[in-house]
Amino acid sequence: MKSLLPVLTVIAAILLFWVVSVVPMNMHLTADQAQRQDIAVTPDAPAARQEHSGIGLALRNTHLFAMTYTLDRPRLPSPHQVAVEMWDTIALKKITSRRSLVYHGWVTLSATLLGFAIGTGLGILLAVGIVYNKAMDMSVMPWAIASQTIPILALAPMIIVMLGSIGIQGLFPKAVISAYLSFFPVVVGMVKGLRSPDAMQLDLLRTYHASPAQGFWKLRLPASVPYLFASLKIGISASLVGAIVAELPTGARAGFGARMLVGDQYGQPMVTWAALFAAAITAAALVGMFSLMERWTLRRMGMQAA
Amino acid sequence: MTGTAIIGALAVWGAGWFVNTRLANSAAAQSRFVQLLVPAIFGLTLLIMWELLVRLLDVSPVILPPPTAIASRFAGELPILWADFVQTIIKGAMTGYIVGMFAAFAVAVLADRSDFLTRGILPVGGFMAALPIVGTAPIFVRWLGSDWESKAAVVAVMVFFPILVNTVAGLRDTTAMQRDLMRTYGAGYWPTFFKLRLPAAMPFIFNGLKIATTLALIGAIVAEFFGSPTVGMGFRISTSVGQLALDMVWAEIVVAALAGSAFYGAMAFFEKRVTFWHPSQR
Repeated sequence: MKSLLPVLTVIAAILLFWVVSVVPMNMHLTADQAQRQDIAVTPDAPAARQEHSGIGLALRNTHLFAMTYTLDRPRLPSPHQVAVEMWDTIALKKITSRRSLVYHGWVTLSATLLGFAIGTGLGILLAVGIVYNKAMDMSVMPWAIASQTIPILALAPMIIVMLGSIGIQGLFPKAVISAYLSFFPVVVGMVKGLRSPDAMQLDLLRTYHASPAQGFWKLRLPASVPYLFASLKIGISASLVGAIVAELPTGARAGFGARMLVGDQYGQPMVTWAALFAAAITAAALVGMFSLMERWTLRRMGMQAA
Repeated sequence: MTGTAIIGALAVWGAGWFVNTRLANSAAAQSRFVQLLVPAIFGLTLLIMWELLVRLLDVSPVILPPPTAIASRFAGELPILWADFVQTIIKGAMTGYIVGMFAAFAVAVLADRSDFLTRGILPVGGFMAALPIVGTAPIFVRWLGSDWESKAAVVAVMVFFPILVNTVAGLRDTTAMQRDLMRTYGAGYWPTFFKLRLPAAMPFIFNGLKIATTLALIGAIVAEFFGSPTVGMGFRISTSVGQLALDMVWAEIVVAALAGSAFYGAMAFFEKRVTFWHPSQR
């Protein structure tokens, strides 16, 4: 609660910066439009205007400021235009409509969640294998760490085409990319977590004559939970980015990525921006959900967040 | 034919795994040589299995080219790969990385003077770092044209928030005792900043810088999917996928992997030199 006011201040500062930027960013377009409506513009000739920067032109045409906020196809839409577009496409359209962002959001979200579930499941399995098998640890772990420095997302178009040419289309290829992106953070985090019990705790279990299985279920797995949640939060946002990027270069017709591309290609900036913000809100909601789950689980287990 | 292929692949896997198990459980397992050898053998095993399966099962190169085809393509197209590397990594990713880094440092140092702003920037920045910022790529391409400037802008925005959050968090990471000591020495804001708080923040800053290396490459490559001159790694990947020249795509991915590891390695190297005093480096 203590940080609510500072957070709101920072958000307000970002919004203010955005609102102020709208004027110079849109000034050239506005000036052209104003001239068509017979409003005086300085300088008069379109070619002369090109030589001025956005700010320079804005200072010469202060009477056009209001117009920069109401263009149909602005270079930079103002916050209220994006908000209106989002309200239109989220709340007012039927969710089965192709113009509804809820529909597109679900397309992206379903691929994200499927991929995330696959990636997390496999990641946890591999982490258990790594912790209990020394050969596996030494063979796989360096690759798992190195793979985090590689721009895996560059594989996205190829995976789509590869799976497409063996007849797999739609949801699954996107889920593969999401799974791939969430896989490695989970592996690395889980290995750290399963190894987090110290020698003293492991010794205690040995004095209890606990079997390896009991050691896993009663000590290692509970000890790894804080690390698991930290990885899950990284993994879910990586999954969402993966699903969006998977839609971008491949001509997908539905999903946030497809909306961004459609808005870009048909010169409808509001569509792109609305999709972008809807994706951001989705990401925030997913990460927030895991934070809540983390807090709840750890409190039930009597732990603090790692 | 299918049978021999699968048996062959399994035999290679078994042989590799046998050697690795012996090595990992041998007395020499702790030596540096074995610790490099084991992952190398594992990687090699996978490559040989890949080659065997693709060749013996007659997998179309349109689906999965064998590693040797990728290697020969890599060797044959070095000038093109180099031009793409310069366009995407040096001009796009590096420029953006440096701009984003200095912008983040500047904002962090400015915000650092006010506890109020710091408390606001940490949660907001952490939140922004989790967003799919790479989606702004089409917007930047529209604003700044299709050459490397738009890629650098995307990269700058992507790396800005992780570096900012880590720098701000790092600058707060001194104890009251340490700050009091500086005060008893009569040190003002800037001497305290340069002699105590900036060095103390370095492990955090490098953490942010290392996270940002991967983001920079992703941003530069993905932004090229939206429009680029006829050179660049993202451009080559998307056009080669279109022409079903998958060996070229893989060659570009090898370049991306090498560049990513080298970039990260360089940052880890600087980290070691700068934060030699930190427990994690000793």
